[in-house]
Amino acid sequence: MMKPLSSIIEVAGLGHSYGERKILQDLNLSIGKGEVFALIGPTGAGKTTLLRIINLLEIPGAGEIYFDGQRIPRSGKQRLEIRRRMSFIHQKPQVFNLNVYDNVACGLRWRGEKKNRIAEKVGHILEMVGLEGYDNRNARTLSGGEAQRVALARSLVLEPEVLLLDEPTANLDPISTDKIEQLISRVAGQRDITMIMATHDMSQGQQLAGRIGVLLHGRLAQTGNATDIFHSPQNEDVAHFIGMENVIEGVISESGGGIVLVNTGDGAIQAVSSYPVGKEVYACIRPEDITLLIADSYQQKAIRSSARNSFQAKVTRVTTLGPLSRVEIDCGFRLVALVTKISAEELDLQAGRPVYATFKATGVHVMEKGTGR
Amino acid sequence: MTELWHAFTKAIELLVSLDPEVLEIAGRSLRISGTSCLLASLICLPLGGVIHFYQFRGKRALINIIQTLFFLPTVLVGLFVFVLFCRTGPLGFFGILLTPTAMVIGQMILITPLLLGLTISALSGVSKETVDTATSLGASSFQTIRLVLREARYAVLAAVIMGFGRAISEVGCAMLVGGNIRGFTRIITTSITLETAKGDFELAIALGIILLSLALIINIVLNRLQQR
Repeated sequence: MMKPLSSIIEVAGLGHSYGERKILQDLNLSIGKGEVFALIGPTGAGKTTLLRIINLLEIPGAGEIYFDGQRIPRSGKQRLEIRRRMSFIHQKPQVFNLNVYDNVACGLRWRGEKKNRIAEKVGHILEMVGLEGYDNRNARTLSGGEAQRVALARSLVLEPEVLLLDEPTANLDPISTDKIEQLISRVAGQRDITMIMATHDMSQGQQLAGRIGVLLHGRLAQTGNATDIFHSPQNEDVAHFIGMENVIEGVISESGGGIVLVNTGDGAIQAVSSYPVGKEVYACIRPEDITLLIADSYQQKAIRSSARNSFQAKVTRVTTLGPLSRVEIDCGFRLVALVTKISAEELDLQAGRPVYATFKATGVHVMEKGTGR
Repeated sequence: MTELWHAFTKAIELLVSLDPEVLEIAGRSLRISGTSCLLASLICLPLGGVIHFYQFRGKRALINIIQTLFFLPTVLVGLFVFVLFCRTGPLGFFGILLTPTAMVIGQMILITPLLLGLTISALSGVSKETVDTATSLGASSFQTIRLVLREARYAVLAAVIMGFGRAISEVGCAMLVGGNIRGFTRIITTSITLETAKGDFELAIALGIILLSLALIINIVLNRLQQR
């Protein structure tokens, strides 16, 4: 992992618990200046708590936080000064029971900004988020999407060095989500701003961020760019979280020339890897990388494939997901394949149907067992 | 029954003719209770904010005590202020017993628990997320308290109205520490007591009507303010 040259936020050995429940454990993270970082993880993984600690809303149970190289004290006036260099957009858009103008202006007023400067900045930012002319509307009467735009404007008008976003689109309809995402990516591109965004929506993280951190059970399981995480998960927890449905246990039975044979007990999978013989591993195959062939046509036409792995299998279940069909098959071990609905219909895939499942050795990601929790 | 009706019509007459003594008494009532309510609000609103926002040992117990003191008998407060400020009392050297100042102090003591308790519960109605949002946007503790008071302004205003209502309608304390001196410490409630004792129901009822009308006017004005 490339460590950014100058980090604006650094978290070292961070731990936090609420009563008996451990929320964060031994967390180390460094965010570079100007970086857009996505924190992904399931609900309850500790994303919000981590953001709250970074925003100095909470004092961590253990560990230290550094802001721009400066260690943050546990109490005192300095916390307010540092907090004023950041801004945090909370998950539920919280607008104050004031008009839109006063909502957006309040942070500037608290910083003692001059009246005419405030008017200028607020006008500019309201235009940017598409809420010009809303100045005198009571913010409580706005829709969810509009309220979130007010919240975004209220944070951006402060020109923070660090913008923290906690599930900024979690409660919004698709159109509002779209607008907010566009705004976020515009801000990320326009300003010299560091962003940390928590989301459970992996595609959002992938789309908006340069680097992604996967937070699972209060630990940072993996950080890297989208390709690293989605194609080479570091352990089984990450693999499961990112939707790598086929995670098969096995032992390396042959290894040489960069190709290994993973013995699963019910079959052997060829994969590109260099683990030594005897190593206990997981073989991960993305469902969309599996091709299904119908047994009859396979025999008739005797197609030969470059795919190194081919298994005789039986369909156990088919579920439709929009334009796609998720096909569960049994080939000694369980596999899930993702095919288009049209293919599934044409091949008449249904429970009990015998099929061949093929996938390439390069499509198999092998990871060492036991590197998870 | 006819006597009561007679008294009532007489009272209306007193009101319509703008009887100078009635006006003077009503004005004094308003001044004293207005002052005590204003001063108590200046203390209780920020103090309520502090109690609400800071965690300290015995907070729960303190709030319990405050709420218990909602039921403080007015005459008991009067007794307390009397003992405190009477010539032989610890604060006797001020020499303010039987003056409007003593009445203001008595009413302030009387309504402080109410204002404090209702302010705290008004602030509890503001969500933790709102407080966090303000903090995130760089508000200092003082600025946060001010914002939250503003967020809870309707409930806080209701607390102030309750406080004023209790101050202007009490008689026990005003009687004890003010002494119901004509032209000096006589207010609506104390004169009602006196006139009733004298059997002069007309004046007593007229004053009662004035008291309620004042309450009505104040409520209408405050309601207008709330709607803005």
